[in-house]
Order: sequence, then structure tokens, then C-alpha cells
Amino acid sequence: MEIIKRGAEAEIYLADWHGRKVIVKRRIKKGYRIKELDERIREQRTKREALLMMAARKAGVSVPIIYDVRIKDKEIVMQYLNGERIKDVIDLKSQQWQKKICREIGRSIANLHENGIIHGDITTSNMIWMHEKLYFIDFGLGIKSIENEDRGVDLHLLMEAFKAAHKNKNLFQWVLESYEENFDEAKEVIKKVEEIARRGRYMRRVA
Amino acid sequence: MICLGIEGTAHTIGIGIVEKSGSKCNILANVSRMYKPEKGGIHPREAANHHVKHFPKILLESIEKADINIKDIDLIAFSIGPGLGPCLRTAATAARVLSLMLKKPIIGVNHCIAHLEIGRALTGCIDPVLLYVSGGNTQVIAFMEGKYRVFGETLDIGIGNCLDKFGREVGLPFPAGPEIEKIARKGKKYLSLPYSVKGMDVAFSGILTACLHLVKKEKLEDICYSLQETCFSMLAEVAERAMAHTEKDEILLGGGVACNKRLQEIIRIMATERKARFFCPPNEFLVDNGAMIAWTGLLMHESGMKMKLEETKVRQNYRTDEVEITWR
Repeated sequence: MEIIKRGAEAEIYLADWHGRKVIVKRRIKKGYRIKELDERIREQRTKREALLMMAARKAGVSVPIIYDVRIKDKEIVMQYLNGERIKDVIDLKSQQWQKKICREIGRSIANLHENGIIHGDITTSNMIWMHEKLYFIDFGLGIKSIENEDRGVDLHLLMEAFKAAHKNKNLFQWVLESYEENFDEAKEVIKKVEEIARRGRYMRRVA
Repeated sequence: MICLGIEGTAHTIGIGIVEKSGSKCNILANVSRMYKPEKGGIHPREAANHHVKHFPKILLESIEKADINIKDIDLIAFSIGPGLGPCLRTAATAARVLSLMLKKPIIGVNHCIAHLEIGRALTGCIDPVLLYVSGGNTQVIAFMEGKYRVFGETLDIGIGNCLDKFGREVGLPFPAGPEIEKIARKGKKYLSLPYSVKGMDVAFSGILTACLHLVKKEKLEDICYSLQETCFSMLAEVAERAMAHTEKDEILLGGGVACNKRLQEIIRIMATERKARFFCPPNEFLVDNGAMIAWTGLLMHESGMKMKLEETKVRQNYRTDEVEITWR
């Protein structure tokens, strides 16, 4: 197994699973938590992430296929997406393509929110374009919620990500347009986004 | 330059006299008195009365300790918020009197930021994430783009408040934190409690309720142990997330609950595991104190901030991210 990313909570490996190239996401032990507590938290979160991914698929949003959930090792084995990160490619493409993708992002988030799914870390780094389809990855901070506050925080994060990483100011506008067209409660959520922005929290340092 | 700082946001009235020479923080005196209710929690009016009663005594005591003449003081700082209204107004009134009497400038200081600044001054950390844990406040604060921003905080009650309320229900004296710490050392059995982390925020009221349900069924030492382990792990987790998010590699503790040795240990382990550095000032400067107000007042004043008397109205809900940071 080859490690490809080390986060605060989990490690991501590239591995082989019955001849298939897969991603293994392992939640790491925390020495500051006593063993009983640490085991319980990591187990709960591993299960929750897998369930959220399945719920997202049901809601019509593409996510990696889950091949295995190893509760004992706190691991999820999932499809490796050999595509392009939206973050890396969106600035290089035509305006027409950008608009298509942004509308697809807006629709996907609308579907997630409508189905009570909060992604928790929606940035263009967590979106992959493969085989003419948009995939969402990393539901590790996700929760089940139908609160407009949670939806607003979700959307605000994406707004910050767009502002910080992408030059074209229209991109996020297109996302919002499509979000509104596909979600009845969108107006109230967008109002929340403005309120959240004023609080000045959830700021992201851009690498 | 010498500043006299008055702290009075909640149960503590404190005076600190601090000298700033260059960037050096020289603490000449730091005295305080803490209001302890006979029963129940803090009664704001009673606490304010306590502050009125003790202020003249600690003023004399601090001047004596600092071994200065009161005329040597160049600046008066006070805690302008956030906190309990009656307590804040008492400290503010005392500050205004001193400022007028000595004909020296006055400056109102944000209490939360003072915790962070005194920690920076005394421990030598440069750009930390602050885990600020006290009775009323639980916040994860860091400097970003010109302001101290709150990256995580409690969604309901402060961690100290959670410990105190639990302590009160089982008959421990206020503040209950130190007692719970002692009792928890004997605990061995971990009782499953809700673990409430939402992004970088935490919540404690559910844990408190769960603990209270356990009181008749389980040993007190096991409940105290489980309560501490659960709450402190949550705090370590959100502090770590804030560090990862802001890409900072220093963690600083502040607030009265940070005196807890087990919390210190947990945060130190978290820091070590991610190869970050851990900082914690002495207890005297973790709890509410006048020195932190004086020091922050000096930083503000030297960076050119001035306050007219009319601008010294207290702000009970003063938020950390509202403060203009002119000294960094």
C-alpha cells in the first residue's frame, strides 16, 4: 500500500484489491484518546462515512464505489477514480465547459442537501471529473442534517474555495443558479450563507 | 511604559501591573480575589458586589507589590467584555475613576484576546492556535488575515460550566473542576458518553445530562473520569482540526480549565503526535488575571489605539473576531 495523503483524522492509501486499483481510507488511532473511546469514535465515523456515500449515490450524486468496509481496521476500501481534480482543470477549460461543470456542481449539492446530506468539506479539490461525470469524494466530515444552517456552512465553504482558488468570478454564480433551480429551499440557504460570511469564521488558508 | 490592568468579567476581580520595555513583558504585580458563591452558580450582582468590596484592597496590594508610586502608571486598561454585565461595569467604573484621577489614558481590552496575548508573551510561542477553555468560554482561536478568528467554539455551554454544573449536582464546591480532576484520578471504568464534535465546534450539554443520569447507577470516580476523558478528547480533536486547517504548528492553552493536568497531558500528546509544539503558561496566568489585561492594553496602546471615555461602554457579547488587531 502506498500512502498518498495524510490528514488530521485519516490516511489515504493506494492499494490493490483483488487485482483492482483501489483507495483505502484508514482512520488513525489518536494517542490522546483512551482506547475504548478511540475505538468507538473511529468505528462510528467509518460507518457513517460509508452510509453517507451510499445515501449520496441514492440521491443521484456520483461517488466512488465502496468495495469493502473493514470495521476492525477502521478502513473503507473504495474505487480509485482515475480522473481530473476539478481544482486543477477548471481554470484551463473553456467558458462553456466551466459553466456546464458549475451547473453540475450546483445540481449535485442541491440533491445532497435535499436528501439531508451535508458533505462537510465541499471544495473543488474534493470533486473529480471522470468519464464525463462529476464525482464527489471525502465525506469524512459529512453529517445527516436538514438544517439550513448546516447547508449554509456547506455552501459557504465552497464559496470561499472558489474565491480563493479560481480567477473566474462567474463560477460560483453559476453554481448558485443551478442550486436554486434544483432545490426549493435554496433561497433561505443562500440567505444563511450571507449571514455566515459576515461572521468571518470558516476561513480557509489556500495552499 | 507601565500599565495597570483590571480584570472583572466574571467571578474574579484582578489587578495586574505590567511594564513593557521593547517587546519584553515584565510583570510587576498580579493580584486577584475570586468570588465563590455559598451555593449554586455565580450570581452576577453578588459577584459585582464582591468586586466592589475587594477592589480598593487589591489596588493597594498591587501597588505595594509592584513597588511603584501610583503616579508611575502610564496607562489604565480594563476588561471591556465579554462577560457578566454587573461585573464588567464594576471593573470599567474603577478604570474610569483611575484614568480621570491620574490623568492617564484608558483602554478597554477584549478578555479572550488577553488570554492569548499573555500566553504568547510568557511562553514564547509566535503564532499559535489558542485553545481557550474557561467557565463561560470554550473557543479555538487563531490569527488569520488581520484578525483573531474563532475557528471552533462551544455550541451550548462552556466546558467549565459543564464541569461546575455536574459538580454542583453531586455536591462538590465551586469551582468543581479541580475536585473532579482529583476524583477522576481514581476512576478506571470508561462509561460511554455522547461525543459531540461538529466540524470544529463542540457541545457539552448532552454529556452533562448523560452524566447526571449515571449518578445513581455508577461510581462517582468513574463518572468523573469518563466525563473528563470525553470532553478533553473532543477539545483536543477540534484544536487539532484548527491546526491542520490553519497550518499552524503551535498550540497554546488559556483559561481556568487549562489548569487541569489531564487536559494539559491530552493536548501535549496531540501536539507531539503531529509534531507541533505545546505551550502553557503558569496557572496564575491561565485563570482570569489582571496582568493579561494590562499587557494587552500595552500592545494596543503602543500600536496607536486610543479610547475616549465615551467609548469605554462595556460589551457583554464582545466577540473575538470583532477586534481590530493593530499590533500584529
